[in-house]
Amino acid sequence: MSEEATSLPAGQRQTLRRSLLPGLAALACALVLPQFANAYVLEVATTALLYVVLCLGLNIVVGYAGLLDLGYAAFFAVGAYTTGILTAEFGFNFWLSIPVSMVAACVAGIIIGAPTLRLRSDYLAIVTLGFGEIVRIIARNLDITGGASGLVGIERPEVFGFKLMQVQHFYYAFLVLALLTIFVCLSVERSRMGRAWFYVRYDEDAAAGIGINRVSAKLQAYMMGAVIASVAGCLYAAKMTAISPESFTFNQSLLILLGVVLGGMGRIPGVVLGAILVALLPEVLRGAGTYRPLVTAVALLAIMLFRPNGLWPDKRV
Amino acid sequence: MTLDLVIQQLVNGLIVGSFYALIALGYSMVFGVIKLLNFAHGDIYMSGAFVGLIVFSFVGIWVGNGWLGVVCALLVSMLAVGLLGVVIERFAYRPMRSAPRLSILITALGASMVLNGAALALTGGRHFAFNTDLGFAGVDISAVHITYTQMVLVAASILLMAGMQAFVSRTMYGKAMRAVSIDMGASRLMGIDVDRVIALTFFMGSALAAGGGVMAGAYYGSVHFFMGFIMGLKAFTAAVIGGIGSVPGAMLGGLLLGLLEAYGSSLPFVGSEWRDVFVFGALILFLVFKPTGILGRSIVERV
Repeated sequence: MSEEATSLPAGQRQTLRRSLLPGLAALACALVLPQFANAYVLEVATTALLYVVLCLGLNIVVGYAGLLDLGYAAFFAVGAYTTGILTAEFGFNFWLSIPVSMVAACVAGIIIGAPTLRLRSDYLAIVTLGFGEIVRIIARNLDITGGASGLVGIERPEVFGFKLMQVQHFYYAFLVLALLTIFVCLSVERSRMGRAWFYVRYDEDAAAGIGINRVSAKLQAYMMGAVIASVAGCLYAAKMTAISPESFTFNQSLLILLGVVLGGMGRIPGVVLGAILVALLPEVLRGAGTYRPLVTAVALLAIMLFRPNGLWPDKRV
Repeated sequence: MTLDLVIQQLVNGLIVGSFYALIALGYSMVFGVIKLLNFAHGDIYMSGAFVGLIVFSFVGIWVGNGWLGVVCALLVSMLAVGLLGVVIERFAYRPMRSAPRLSILITALGASMVLNGAALALTGGRHFAFNTDLGFAGVDISAVHITYTQMVLVAASILLMAGMQAFVSRTMYGKAMRAVSIDMGASRLMGIDVDRVIALTFFMGSALAAGGGVMAGAYYGSVHFFMGFIMGLKAFTAAVIGGIGSVPGAMLGGLLLGLLEAYGSSLPFVGSEWRDVFVFGALILFLVFKPTGILGRSIVERV
């Protein structure tokens, strides 16, 4: 990792150093937050961290590889239901259910991605849209997923004999997951694979011309996004102890996408900001009732038309 | 499956299929001209149903709830929603025409969400009854009763589609549309007003979707803000099965999908709650084995 960092061009190394201090400050704030906040604030902050993880995961697909995934909540559901079924119905340990979820998400990603990623990028968008709905319909209609009422009695995880129970325990659990995701994104961004994704996003034909396998590069991004969402789903299931199909609707996928687009596609600080804004949105719009989706929609359209690079855009582009 | 069931599902499949075909046609036309998947298309269909219902309730006071009312609703809705399509193109898609693909797709999604969100906000998410008195008179084949309404609906959608095909293949504007879909830049150099042709394409595609919306609303007797979502997805599937960008392909795909769905959901192990899964499975299979569809030409990623 350190060798990678020293081999970076001077400009990038500088940006890295410049973002280190604000990043550490933000981390310090996040660490001490539970000391000052009440349960409500902490609950919202935990949701914000969940969205940070999901948005960073989707950002790999949308921001890095330039693929539009409209059914991202489906992978979140795959993770949540895998953990739910394994712990509540088969008595698995929570931690053991995570690798199983990751494998399940990979398989789902290949089923959806392999046929569609060869075709025009628009196809992926609409196929993922359908996939998102299908996963929800399957969860509604199977016995093992508890049907429309969902699963209850999901086991809470233990860390070295300490059981995660309260809001702040899960707050820290999600904080660890968010940091882990940021670390993964940072390292993958500068890896050979990450550079291939950027290249494919900016100019697919030129990328193919220098020997990048477009389909497998896209598939890698798609699967990586799927795996991150599924891990977030595992922890989400453990936190809620009960999950139902209605937590994984098309609207959920849209909110995650809005988080990515709002802050600035492809850039980690922007996406984190967007995710936090998206988590705050329902709290701000509590009184808006049926107008809520319209407000979300207008926000998305306005960003695309007037500030296509997001609120906190990438200076490199 | 008994013979009655076979005939019954044939009727059901043809009706649903002709709705799919009408929506798929608009998808396919817009895709053909600007190579954009118009996500808002399903919501345009939904808007068409609502505009139709409003017109129908107004003219119903004078002409009653019969055929005349439905025809008025159909025509006014097609005109109004056709214009809505033009407005969406002008303000959401045209500014993005030279933007990266991903941005265009997200904008289209935003346009779809705005329509859907506006309908939710205005209707409060309620179902609205579309009460017509078209009657249940019809003919009996074996034990299956086919109403005149069902026949008229299928005939009307075939007529609309045939009109569209004639327009695209016979008229000057149709020729311009085909030219733009082959090469936009060259068409502009040849003196074709590309913006106008694109606006016209949106008008016609949206009008067809609105026609489908009014017919579906009148046929099922209910209109809902979320009715466009699944419809948009299925119309896309129909367009892919038939071959996207091809007018006859969209019709064929729509009818095939309607039949597939009708027979598929009456199979013992499928059942109607799995209907949408079945359709989606068909889409994936087509994308794997025949991505160009039945009548389509090869698809090349635009650069």
